[in-house]
Amino acid sequence: MMNYIFGVLMLVSIICSVITGRLEALSNAILSGASEAVQLIISLFGMMCFWTGMMKIADKGGATTLLSKLLSPIMKYLFPDYKKSSGANKAICMNLVANFLGLGNAATPMGIAAMKEMQREKNLKGTANNSMIMFVVLNTASIQLIPTSMAILRKAHGSTSPFDVMPAVWISSTIALVVGILVAKTLEKRRN
Amino acid sequence: MDNIGSFILPITIFLIVIFGFSQKVKIFDTFMEGAKDGIKSTLLIIPPLIGLIVSISMVKASGALDIFTCAIAPLTNSVGIPEKTIPLMILRPISGSGSMAIINNIFSQSGPDSFIGKVASTMMGSTETTFYAIAVYFGSVNIKNTRHTIPAALCADFSGFLMSVLTVKFLFFRN
Repeated sequence: MMNYIFGVLMLVSIICSVITGRLEALSNAILSGASEAVQLIISLFGMMCFWTGMMKIADKGGATTLLSKLLSPIMKYLFPDYKKSSGANKAICMNLVANFLGLGNAATPMGIAAMKEMQREKNLKGTANNSMIMFVVLNTASIQLIPTSMAILRKAHGSTSPFDVMPAVWISSTIALVVGILVAKTLEKRRN
Repeated sequence: MDNIGSFILPITIFLIVIFGFSQKVKIFDTFMEGAKDGIKSTLLIIPPLIGLIVSISMVKASGALDIFTCAIAPLTNSVGIPEKTIPLMILRPISGSGSMAIINNIFSQSGPDSFIGKVASTMMGSTETTFYAIAVYFGSVNIKNTRHTIPAALCADFSGFLMSVLTVKFLFFRN
């Protein structure tokens, strides 16, 4: 599916830029987009190594085992493929907690570690298994305790109460998450 | 409240290190072992990220966003979604920095405490950069067949957008 999306994005852009007469801007965007990507990767690189390192310490110190025990009722429903104290289970818990606390920089490396563990324990050779899909869906609709970056931006623009949207964010993201989980669970049955 | 974010990070690291010491873990050796894996993971996500980011910059530069906004406006107006948030809804799943730029625009035009400002804040806060997560996570383990990931994630995003409008209406603009 990513194959179609990648192709369609580029084709649609080219067609639209012909219609709107922005071919030159489009050409510039291709050049700047590529270097923008590399800049993002460089800034990601340090955080990635730092957090995979910290996670290894958390793992050996038993913090992740504790976490996976606490979360085991939810984990059993969402990720039936992975047992309570498996490496995948622990890495998933770390990622979910990091997301919940708003540690985006830490959540991505932990998530990648979780994907690697899931792949190692149940490898379908290039195809995503149900738990991997559930995991990525959770990450695309993740619930955040305090939407800090949003509040900072609101304040910068002169909001009188930058945090007052929090209840709306909680309700909306919870419903988005529930919908994501239900759709994923429904589709996995249909296509198995 | 503004400072809570800056507390969480140090506390997390503090707990990890304390746990490590209490179990007599060789902290630095273990750290390096883990950090080495980080290098490999970063290398794996370079190709999907470059592909995604270049194609998204093309979308942003092409004016496709304006065309789509005009096309979808009648549909979203009938559901009560403000027209100004359409570019945000289109860009949110594919680009974090792009949607941030749109939010900035909305805030300086309508103000962060207006109806549109609050809806946009809630939309931004309750969803994630879906395609970035898909590209990074599946890219890191070389998975090409993502099965039903994209439909499920997009359903979640869409319900998040719809709920943003409804909750802001209900909580702040009820008359």
